[in-house]
Amino acid sequence: MTKILIDGVEHDLDPTLTMLQACEAVGKEIPRFCYHERLSIAGNCRMCLIEVKMGGRPGPKPVASCAQQLRDLPPVKEGQPLHELVTNSAIVKKAREGVMEFLLLNHPLDCPICDQGGECDLQDQAMAYGMDHSRFSENKRAVPDKYLGPLIKTIMTRCIHCTRCIRFAAEVAGVDELGAIGRGEDMEITTYLEHAMASELSGNVIDLCPVGALTSKPYAFTARPWELRKTETIDVMDALGSNIRVDARGREVMRILPRNHDDVNEEWISDKSRFIWDGLRRQRLDTPYVRKNGKLAKASWGEAFAAIAAKVRATKPERMAALVGDLAPMEAVMALKDLMVALGVPNLDCRQDGAAIGLGPREGYLFNTRLGDIEDADAILLIGCNPRTEAPVLNARLRKAWLKHDAKILRLGAPADLTYPVMELGDDPAILRKSSGSEFARILKDAKRPALILGMGALTRGDGAAILKAAVTLGGETGMIGPGGEGGWNGFNVLHTAAARVGALDLGFLPAESGRDIFGIVQGIGEHAIDFVYLLGVDEIDMALMGNAFVVYQGSHGDRGAERADVILPGAAYTEQSGIYMNTEGRAQRANRAVFPPGEAKEDWAILRALSDVLGKRLPYDDLIALRKKLVLEVPHVAVLDKAPETPAPDAALWREIGAAGPIDGGQKLTDAIADFYLTNPIARASATMAECSRLHLGGGLKAAAE
Amino acid sequence: MLADKDRIFTNLYGLKDPGLKGARARGDWDGTKAILAKGRDGIIDEMKKSGLRGRGGAGFPTGLKWSFMPKQSDGRPTYLVVNADESEPGTCKDRDILRHDPHKLVEGCLVAGFAMGAIAAFIYVRGEFIREREALQRAVDEAYEAKLIGKNNVHGYDFDIVVHHGAGAYICGEETALIESLEGKKGMPRLKPPFPANVGLYGCPTTVNNVESIAVAPTILRRGGEWFAGLGRPGNTGTKVFCISGHVERPCNVEEEMGLPLKELIEKHAGGVRGGWDNLLAVIPGGSSVPLIPKDICDTVLMDFDSLRDVKSGLGTAAVIVMDKSTDIVRAIARLSYFYKHESCGQCTPCREGTGWMWRVMTRMARGEADVEEIDLLLEVTKQVEGHTICALGDAAAWPIQGLFRHFRGEVERRIMDRKMARARPQAAE
Repeated sequence: MTKILIDGVEHDLDPTLTMLQACEAVGKEIPRFCYHERLSIAGNCRMCLIEVKMGGRPGPKPVASCAQQLRDLPPVKEGQPLHELVTNSAIVKKAREGVMEFLLLNHPLDCPICDQGGECDLQDQAMAYGMDHSRFSENKRAVPDKYLGPLIKTIMTRCIHCTRCIRFAAEVAGVDELGAIGRGEDMEITTYLEHAMASELSGNVIDLCPVGALTSKPYAFTARPWELRKTETIDVMDALGSNIRVDARGREVMRILPRNHDDVNEEWISDKSRFIWDGLRRQRLDTPYVRKNGKLAKASWGEAFAAIAAKVRATKPERMAALVGDLAPMEAVMALKDLMVALGVPNLDCRQDGAAIGLGPREGYLFNTRLGDIEDADAILLIGCNPRTEAPVLNARLRKAWLKHDAKILRLGAPADLTYPVMELGDDPAILRKSSGSEFARILKDAKRPALILGMGALTRGDGAAILKAAVTLGGETGMIGPGGEGGWNGFNVLHTAAARVGALDLGFLPAESGRDIFGIVQGIGEHAIDFVYLLGVDEIDMALMGNAFVVYQGSHGDRGAERADVILPGAAYTEQSGIYMNTEGRAQRANRAVFPPGEAKEDWAILRALSDVLGKRLPYDDLIALRKKLVLEVPHVAVLDKAPETPAPDAALWREIGAAGPIDGGQKLTDAIADFYLTNPIARASATMAECSRLHLGGGLKAAAE
Repeated sequence: MLADKDRIFTNLYGLKDPGLKGARARGDWDGTKAILAKGRDGIIDEMKKSGLRGRGGAGFPTGLKWSFMPKQSDGRPTYLVVNADESEPGTCKDRDILRHDPHKLVEGCLVAGFAMGAIAAFIYVRGEFIREREALQRAVDEAYEAKLIGKNNVHGYDFDIVVHHGAGAYICGEETALIESLEGKKGMPRLKPPFPANVGLYGCPTTVNNVESIAVAPTILRRGGEWFAGLGRPGNTGTKVFCISGHVERPCNVEEEMGLPLKELIEKHAGGVRGGWDNLLAVIPGGSSVPLIPKDICDTVLMDFDSLRDVKSGLGTAAVIVMDKSTDIVRAIARLSYFYKHESCGQCTPCREGTGWMWRVMTRMARGEADVEEIDLLLEVTKQVEGHTICALGDAAAWPIQGLFRHFRGEVERRIMDRKMARARPQAAE
C-alpha cells in the first residue's frame, strides 16, 4: 500500500492502481474516452489529464491519469509532503476544456439525428467538462463511412479516434480486422478491405464506441434511449446465461444490450444474443391452432385443449412421450414434468440432441471450473467443442487465458480458427483412450491447473457416454479431478449449447424407469408404440421422425415443431416471461419479463397449468410464487440465485458413476455441434438479421452490385 | 573558432575517402580495443566527464542516459538504437555524417553498445536517405568484413549492427515511435513510463541516441573526456555540427565549438546574411520546432543549450535557419504549421486536432484574413496543445507560433488591419 494525497485528502492505496483508478476508488470522477477497464491502455484521448504535485511542487505538465500507476511516482523524499493527485484545480479544468474543445472541433453537431444521442459519452462529458461555446470557425472534416457488415452502422465523421474498437477487435475478439489508416487529422478507422467483421463478438464495438461513430444497424433510427423500458434479464442463445438488458418500447423489444457480470460474460455478448430481437417479432405463434383435415386452423384455447384431452384420454400413458427443447425456463419444465408424472407418462427427455449426459452426479454435466476461473487454467483440452460458435463469450475467455499466461489450448475435433493458437490433436476421439505417453497427456499432466471442456460435438454421438467416461478417466489421470486436483481445482467441464438443458437435467426431466429416452421415443414412433408426443419448444430434431404420432407443440415461434404439430399452443419467448435458467456452470439466474407475449400467447407454465386442469390432473400451484416454492423443494440450489456451485471436494467415487464403458468409434470423426452459429434456434431462424449474417459468413458474400 | 586539431568530423565535406581505409587514415578504429578495455563503467564515467549532451535536440546528458541501462541482465537482451531519422526541417548534419564519415558512427555503435551491454545496434535511417543508407551499409559491410564488428571480431565483443530504412515519417524520429516503427508497427509514440531503458525495442531495455551523439563518442574516449569538456562552456561542452541554411551567402554544415556567438557563426562560416547583417530579420536557431529569435537577440546570443533557453528558444538540432528582411515571416511560420499538421501521427487528441486548427488560422493570418482577437485565441490553442500530448510533437507545433507572436505580433496585427481597411474603403465610397 502506498500513501498519497488526492485533492488534499490522504489515502492509503494499492500502488498498482493507475492514477485514474485511484481517483475513482476514492470517489473522484475522471472523464475519459479511450480508457476502458477491459482493454489495454492507449492514453490517446487525453481527457483524463490530472495535475500531479510531487512533494508539494506542481508538476511540469498535466499527466494522463489512465496511463500511470501510483508506483511510477518517485519515492517521497524525507521531510517532504506526500505526492498529491489534483483533480479539481484550474489547470485540470483548463486541460479538460481544451481536450474537449479539440474533440468537438471536427465532431459534427448532429446529435438530433444521432442514435447515440442520450447515451453519448461525448455529449455527457461536453456538458460536464466542456466550454459553453465553440471558438472554431473553420470548416469541419468529413470522413467517408465504412462498411462493417450488416450489424454495425458507421458514421465515421463522428469518430474521435479513441481506438477502443481497434483494441477490442485485436485483443478480445482476436480478429485483426480493424485498424487506422492515414495519420494526423486524416486518420481513419477502417477494416481497409471493407468487409464485415468476421467475429461473433463484433456487436460489442457498438457499446464500446463512446460516440455515435459505430451504432447498431438494425436499431438505426428506431428509438431514443429515454423512451425505452429497460429490463434486466438473462440471455438464452447459448448456455452461458449472459446477463443482458432488454430495451423495449410498448410491446416491442427494440434492442438487447449486455450487462456487466464479471463471472459470466464480463460485459460482452455475442452477436446472436444482441441482434436476435427482430426474430422476436416474426413467425410468432399468437393463437392456438388445431390440425383439421390435414391443415392447421386457428382455434381457441378451449378447442385446442379439448383436442389434446381427447387424444390423451384415448392413449395409454406408456404410449405417450414428452420432450423439452433448448429455451424453456425451469418453471415450464417442472410444470410439464409434474403433469406427465401425474398422467403416468414414463417417456420423458430433455436432450433433443441425444447428448449422453444427465446420469450420475451433477458434476458430470456442469462446467465445474466456472466461467470466471477458466481463464486461470494453464492447459485446456477441448473435446468435440468449438467454443467460438458454441459460446463466443467463453471463447474470449479462453483467448484471455492464452494472452494472460500463455495457456496451452489443445483441441480434439475438426480443425477450426478459434482466434488463438491451438494444438490440434486430430478428429479421432479414440486417442482419449490411448493417451498414456502421448504429448498432450504430458502437457496436461505438467500443467498446474489443467482443464478439459467436453462439447456437444462429442456427447451427442452414439458413443457419447464412452467418450464421457474416457474424458473423466483422463481428467483423473492428469490431475483435473479427483485427489490430484490442486487446491480444490476442478478442471472437468461440459459446455452445453442449450440454455434449458442444465435446469431440465437438475429437475430430472429424463426417462423414468422403464421409460424411453429420445432415441427410444423416436424408435417407438416408428414402431407405432408411441402415439402422442408433447414438444415443449422442441425444434432441433428432424420432424419426419414424428411419423404418425399426434404431436402437441408448445412454443413461441412457427418453426419446425409447429409445422409438424397437430395442436399448437402459443407460448412466450424468453423476453416475455419470468423464468429461471440454470447456466452451464449450474448458476441459477432469473430472466424477467420485458414485454408481454403477442396475441393469445401465454406464459409456458400457465399453459401447462391450464391444460392440467382440462386433463383432470390439476397442478398444485396457482401462481408463479407457489410454483417456485415447489421448484426450490425439488431443486434446492435454485433458491440461491446467481451463485455457481462450489468446486466439490475431490471424491474419486463421485466420478466413477459418470459416463459408461463401451467402445469409442474411432472411424467416426468428431464434428462440431453447431454448423451455423447464426441459426441455432427458432428465434434466430425467424430473424432477418441473423439470416443475413449467416449468408455472409457461410460463404454467401456480399450481394453483387449486378443484382 | 574551433582549431582544426580539435575537429571530430574531419571528412564532413566528403573531400576524402569515406571508406574504411580513409577512415583509418583519419584515426577511426584506432585503439578501439583499448577503449573497450576501460570497461563499461570506465566508458560511461569518461562520457559523463566529457559533459556531452544529446545532439538530437533535447540535450539530455549522454553518459547519464547510458548509465540507465540495467547493469545486470534479467534474461532479456539489450539494444542500442541509433536515430538516423533526421527529419527536422533545417537539419542536415546526420546526413553528412552518414555520407562522408559513416565509420565514426559504426565505431561509436560498438563502443556505446559495449558500454550499455547491448548485443546489437539498430540504425534507423530516414526514408528519404537512399544514398546515405547505401553509404552507411557499405561502411557496416566493410566493418563486418574487417572483423571489426560481428561475431568473433577483433575487439572480442560480439556485436551486430543492423541498418534499417524507414519510410519517411517525421514522427518516427521520436524515440518510442521509432521503436514502434522498427518493430514493424505504425510509427506512433508510446506512453511513458515505461521508458525505453526498461521496456524498449521488442520489450527489451533499449537506449535511443542521435547519430551525432554516437559518432562523437569514440573520439571523446580516445582523446579523453577532459579534452571535450575543455571546449565550449560549462554545461554546454564540446563541439557541434551546425547546419546553416536560409538567407546566407554560403549555406553550410560546419563543426564548431559550442557557445560561440550566433553572429560569428553566420559571418565566419556562411559568408554572412544576404545583404549584410543589418538585413537580418530573424533566425530559427535550432530546427523548425524551436521559437524564432529576432535580430536584436541574434546580435549577442551564444549558440548553446542554456543561452538559447534563456532567450526562450532552444538549441534543438543546431539547425540555424536564417531569414532576411525579404521574408514573409507569417507565411514562413504558417508553412511550418502545415508541416506539423501533416506529420502529426493522429494518435492523441490535442495534436491531431490542434495542429490542423493552428495551421488553418495561421494560413488566414498570413493573408490577413483574421480578426485581431484571433491572435490571442491562437496563442491559447498553442497552450492547449503544448504539454498535453503523448510526445513532443505537440510542443514542437506550438513553439514556432508562440515565437512568432512573441516577437512579431505587430506584424500580424498590421496585416490584419491593412486588410480590414482595404475591404472597408470601397464601402465608404458608396
